[in-house]
Formats: sequence, structure tokens, C-alpha cells
Amino acid sequence: MTLAMAEQRVDTRREKVVRRFAFTDMIFAGVSRAAAILVLLILGGVAISLVVGSWEAITTFGLAFLTTESWNPVTEKFGALAPIYGTIVTSGIAILIAVPIGIGIAIFLTELCPRPLRRPIGIAVELLAGIPSIIYGIWGLFVFAPFVQTTIQPFVINLFKDIPGLSSLFAGPPYGIGMLTSSMILAIMVLPFVTSITKDVFDTVPAVLKESAYGIGCTTWEVTRNVVIPYTRIGIMGGVMLGLGRALGETMAVTFVIGNAHRISASLFAPGTTISATIANEFTEADGELYTSSLISLGLILFVITLIILAAARYMLMRIGRKAGA
Amino acid sequence: MSTIYPRRKATNGIMMVLCGVAAVIGLAWLALILGALLYKGLAGINLAVFTQMTPPPGEAGGLLNAIAGSLVITIIAVVIGTPIGILAGTYMAEYGRFSKLTTVVRFINDILLSAPSIVVGLFVYELVVRPMGHFSAFAGAFALAILVIPVVVRTTEDMLNLVPNALREAGTAIGAPRWIVIRSVAYRAALSGIVTGILLSIARISGETAPLLFTALNNQFWSSNLNAPMASLPVTIFQFALSPYEEWQQLAWTGALLITLTVLALSILARSLTGRREDR
Repeated sequence: MTLAMAEQRVDTRREKVVRRFAFTDMIFAGVSRAAAILVLLILGGVAISLVVGSWEAITTFGLAFLTTESWNPVTEKFGALAPIYGTIVTSGIAILIAVPIGIGIAIFLTELCPRPLRRPIGIAVELLAGIPSIIYGIWGLFVFAPFVQTTIQPFVINLFKDIPGLSSLFAGPPYGIGMLTSSMILAIMVLPFVTSITKDVFDTVPAVLKESAYGIGCTTWEVTRNVVIPYTRIGIMGGVMLGLGRALGETMAVTFVIGNAHRISASLFAPGTTISATIANEFTEADGELYTSSLISLGLILFVITLIILAAARYMLMRIGRKAGA
Repeated sequence: MSTIYPRRKATNGIMMVLCGVAAVIGLAWLALILGALLYKGLAGINLAVFTQMTPPPGEAGGLLNAIAGSLVITIIAVVIGTPIGILAGTYMAEYGRFSKLTTVVRFINDILLSAPSIVVGLFVYELVVRPMGHFSAFAGAFALAILVIPVVVRTTEDMLNLVPNALREAGTAIGAPRWIVIRSVAYRAALSGIVTGILLSIARISGETAPLLFTALNNQFWSSNLNAPMASLPVTIFQFALSPYEEWQQLAWTGALLITLTVLALSILARSLTGRREDR
């Protein structure tokens, strides 16, 4: 009798504990799920707030905003063409410089470099990827731009002055700051990203594939060209796109050296502007709703461009990830 | 037939030399930047940098309020961002490992991870600064928190996925509910990895300038009011470097050196925490 009662009491107590466990577990699961959903909401919130913020500029200028070059705070006539052009050209040139060098370093690290040096150099490259962009900016302004102005630009202008086409591409007084200088700084900035991603995807190539190519007598370069690069093509593309995404959205490194001039010039030596540099330079000084709204719509354009590029990059890297996992 | 071998060999030699040259150029360029930074930054390091406020143009001074502001903003950002990031990562690796939501969140999180930080600044401006009507340190911290979250989510998920399932099963077998298994087994096993993620996120935000420009703004003076503009190292560097005054430019270099050393120290610390695992 008493035993049965005691048993029953234990049972109810256990039931209580189990129920409490289930309850706290449910709460923990719910809270963590909410945090995961919050991540989605942040991206959604960014998109919505940018659209709301730029609504006035969108309704005022319409699609002409994208094709107008003039940017005049006094008459409140704004067009995004010059920043868009600057963003795309500087990032494009930066990628053109950084990708061959990045792939070269990755080949060097995976095929040529003596084994004891591989890890230190690999780590050094990854550490450099973490250096904040403002550092590149201040270096660009005080060290690199004067060097470009006194050494590279006069040389290049002289070199191409008689060649039609190229002479207008590299024309004008050597300011030091300008589109080409920005591109080169951006190239240095994205170089560590491109290198470390390329090296990572190179490491996913199965040794057997490379060994069989070496086995039939291929040289290192032939193995790289015909086995490693085709095998990792998608991954390299993903890395390049990721680097491009970085370059497009990069603010501080460019803001220092671009010159902030709202015009499109044929010469790469001329000062220009990019979307992010325009926002960084003018946002706090913008008076008037339309001015602020126009700057936010620049941000919206940048957001959409990088979103597309990054989504494509992630999709490609996910595909190679699946291949390596299988 | 016999001519093809020298040609292949020559091609190989040329390409390999080019790769070596690329490595030298890339690394030398980066070394050049760090060298210039050390050279110019060290010239301005003295006690005044850490004990005096940012000076008016043309006068000597330090970076005390900027350093303090950066610390305050960073700490608040980490305190807000880390729990959210760890919880979201926990959901993805534990409760919802095979759910569709996890795949979507992972994709979106990876995009957030490399989204332009200036856009995050605009978002916070619209969300916090505009409704409140003024710039504030809190808005800056909020913007940085948004940059912390994706880093922490990513590392937490990765590290929890590395925890062997046998450990979790052992916990479940002795009757522990899921959340206790996560708390006392999974978190403990993945602790060094999660801490690494937090350190990396601090490294990431400590040099961020763009999102602070129009959220926390800047402040020439000492301020402990979270509801008012606050100085921060990156924004101060930005302002001082673009000024024509030599004292300000020197302080900008010194500040840049401080940030770089902080970031490098944090990354190396983070690396040494997980380094042993990678070596295996």
C-alpha cells in the first residue's frame, strides 16, 4: 500500500520533470528558430528600408535616374550614371588585375612552393584578407597616389601619347588620384580573397586525378591547365564573383583615392566616383529629402547588383562544395 | 616529334616562373603596405595617443576618445550580435539540421556575410537614426551587430556540425533533453570554435568605417552618452587622413596602425584556438 503510493508519487514527480524538460526544450527550440528567422528578416529589412528610403527619388526621377549623368545638389537634379559607371569600371579593372595574380599565387602555393613554406604563406594571405579597407585607403592616399602621380602616370602618358585610342584612355594631367589608382588599390584588396578561395578549391582536386596526369608524362603546367583548372572551374568562378562582390561594395579604400567627381571621362587617370564613395562622402552633408533619397537609391542599386553577384557566387561555390563532399 | 618536348618544357618553365613572379608581386605589395603602415604609424606612437583627446586642427593631441568610443561601440555590437548569431547557428546545426529553413538561412547568411557594409549603414540610418532624429552611438553599435551576426552564425553552425553525433546520442541515452545535450555536450565540444567565430567577428567590425559614418557619426570630445554621436577610431582616421593638417594625418596613421595590430592579433588568436584541429 505505502509502496504503491510512493511509486505513484515518484511517477508524478518524474512526469513533472519530463514535462518541464519538454517545455524548456520547446522554448529553446523556438528561440533558436526565431534567431534563424531573424537572419532572413535582416536581409528582407535591408531591402525594404532601402526601397522606402529611395521612394522619393524613384518617383521623382523614374528610370531616368539610371541614365542621367548630372549630379547637382543645387538644382536637385540627380542621376546615377557616373557612380554606376565608376563602380563597374573600377571593380572590373581590379578583378582583371587580381584574378591572374591570385590564380598564379594559388598555383605557386599548391604546386611549386616548398612544403614548409606553404602553411606560413597561406596563413599570411588569409590574415591579409582580414585587414580593414581603411588601411588600404590611407596607404593609397599618402603613399601610392603620390607614387602614381610622379612615376607611373607621366611614364604611361608619354608612352601612349601618339597612339590613337590609348592616348585618350590614359590622358589628362597626372593627379595621382583617379579611377586607375582606385582600381589598383581594389585589386590589392581583393587579391587575398581570390587567392585563398582559389587555393581552397585547388585543394579539392583528388590527388589521383593529378597523379594520373603526371603518370602519362604531363608537365606541372599541363596538369594545372588541363586537370586542376577544368576540375575547379566553377569554384574559381565563384571565388572571382565573391571578389567582385567585395570590390563593388568596397567603400573606404576607394573613397580616399577616387577624387569624387561626378562625371564620366574617357581617361582612366581622371577622377571619378563610385556608388559607395558618393554615399560615404555626401550622406552626412546631404540637405533636403530628395538629396538623401537619391543617395539611398544609389545604395539600393549597389545592393541589387551585389546581391545578384553574391548569390551567383554562393551558388557556384555550393555546387563545388557538394562535388567535394560526394 | 622531338621538338615537342623542349617546347612543352619551355612552356612549363615560363608559366611556373610567371606563377612565382605573381606570388612575389602579390606578397611584396602587401608587405609594402604593412611596412609603410609600421613606419608611419610607429613615428606617432607615444603616451599622449592613449591619454589625450582628439585635438582641434593644428594642435597636438591623442586618440583617447576615439579608442574608447570604438571599444564601447564594439562591445555593445558583440553583446547584441553574438547571442542571436549563436542561437541561429544552433538552430541550423541542431534542431533544424535537415529542414528547408536551414538551407535558406545558410544561403541568405552567406550573402549577408559579404554584403557591402555601407548598405547596412543606410539600413540602420533608415531604421534607427531617422525615426530618432539624431545620430547615436547606439545606432552605430546596432549597425556593427548586423555585421557580427553572419560571422557568428556561420562559425557556430560549422563547429556544431563537427561535433560527433555519438556524443549527442550518449547525452540523449542517459535521458537528457535536447537543450541540455546542446548546452552541456555540443556547446562544450564546440566551444573553441564558437569563441573563434566571436573573435573573427570582432576583427571584422573593429575596422569597419562605412556603416559608422552616418550612424554613430563622430565626436570631437569625450562622450559616454550612448544616445549621442560618439567618436570611433575608423571614422576619426577617415576624417583626419583627408584633412590638410599634419598633426591630424599623423594621428590617422597611428590609429590605422592600432587597428591593424588589433585585427591581426585577434585573427592570430582565433587561428591558434582552432589551429590544432586543422593540423591533424
